[in-house]
Amino acid sequence: MIERDLAAIWVYLSTTPLLGLTITLVTYSLAHQLYIYAHSNPLLNPVLTSVIALIILLVLTGTSYETYFEGGQFVHFLLGPATVALAVPLYQQCSKLRKLFLPVAITVISGALIGAFSSIGIAWFLGASLQTQLSLAPKSVTAPVAMGISEQIGGLPSLTAVLVVLTGIIGAVIGSKLFELMRIKDDSVKGIAMGISAHGIGTARAFQVSPEMGAFSALAMALSAFATAVILPWLLNFLDMLN
Amino acid sequence: MNFLNGITLLLIYQLAGEISVLLLRIPVPGPVLGMIMLFITLVWRGRSSTSLDSASTALLSHLSLLFVPAGVGMMVHFDRIINEWLPISIALILSTVITMAATAAIMLASRRLLAKKVEKDD
Repeated sequence: MIERDLAAIWVYLSTTPLLGLTITLVTYSLAHQLYIYAHSNPLLNPVLTSVIALIILLVLTGTSYETYFEGGQFVHFLLGPATVALAVPLYQQCSKLRKLFLPVAITVISGALIGAFSSIGIAWFLGASLQTQLSLAPKSVTAPVAMGISEQIGGLPSLTAVLVVLTGIIGAVIGSKLFELMRIKDDSVKGIAMGISAHGIGTARAFQVSPEMGAFSALAMALSAFATAVILPWLLNFLDMLN
Repeated sequence: MNFLNGITLLLIYQLAGEISVLLLRIPVPGPVLGMIMLFITLVWRGRSSTSLDSASTALLSHLSLLFVPAGVGMMVHFDRIINEWLPISIALILSTVITMAATAAIMLASRRLLAKKVEKDD
């Protein structure tokens, strides 16, 4: 009897967005607590752990992604206003930016191109399909923008979202070691490199090192999102016309 | 009320961005154009507002949460990821190392180069 009631409740809940939304928030707060508990170990990045936990949950309960996304879309929607909100920290760093404008501009534009074409090139060389290459191209850009670019150039936005998160985790893990090897001590340089190559997840890591590195990383992230969104679709379109 | 004003402003700029992208056929995601328009407005006004600050801080401090539903979309691409795991993982790791090392080097070099030029100009 109870089992039948539970089944009826499940049938009801799985048709409303409430369940998808709630499990997203609950899973994320648990994942975030785990991350804090593990002293912000980058391998336990809350995005990575909550995505894995949610996928296991959905597969075990036989729930489709479409059903889950009816609730998840409310969280997903906020990526748009969050992108617009990046204008605020960018504005707050405006005076620093003015001083270093030219070197930062040169670095951001070349970084956007290197990030996109190195991933396309390596994936192409190793035999990845065209759609995978295109989904990889905006991997260093913050997710809301990367997904928009991916959609525009013919990649798969949802695959791009996953690749972006993985890129951020890789950047956060290797960053400090790489800068040590390169003997770079200047936090502004480290921050710029981190923000261009590992977007928001790298920026979160940079803020743990120093506020200066964090601010420069946030700045570089916003600028490279802008530069990649402007240059990449246009450039790929242009290269496509040459073929 | 403060937060509500801020989020409304963000949505208005996003909407303006989306509409401009559609009308002008610019190859840039709508929210990015919205961000640029908001940035220009802030520079032009010369200050931000508390409501805008509180809304943007609230959204950006939980930025990673917003990636989760899209990340779960990986389950739709399981086959592709398993089939192409080698090129995908090598491209991700190698390209991130290359990008990070190259941008750090370019930033150092261009700053040094431009600093010298400023000294000469003086």
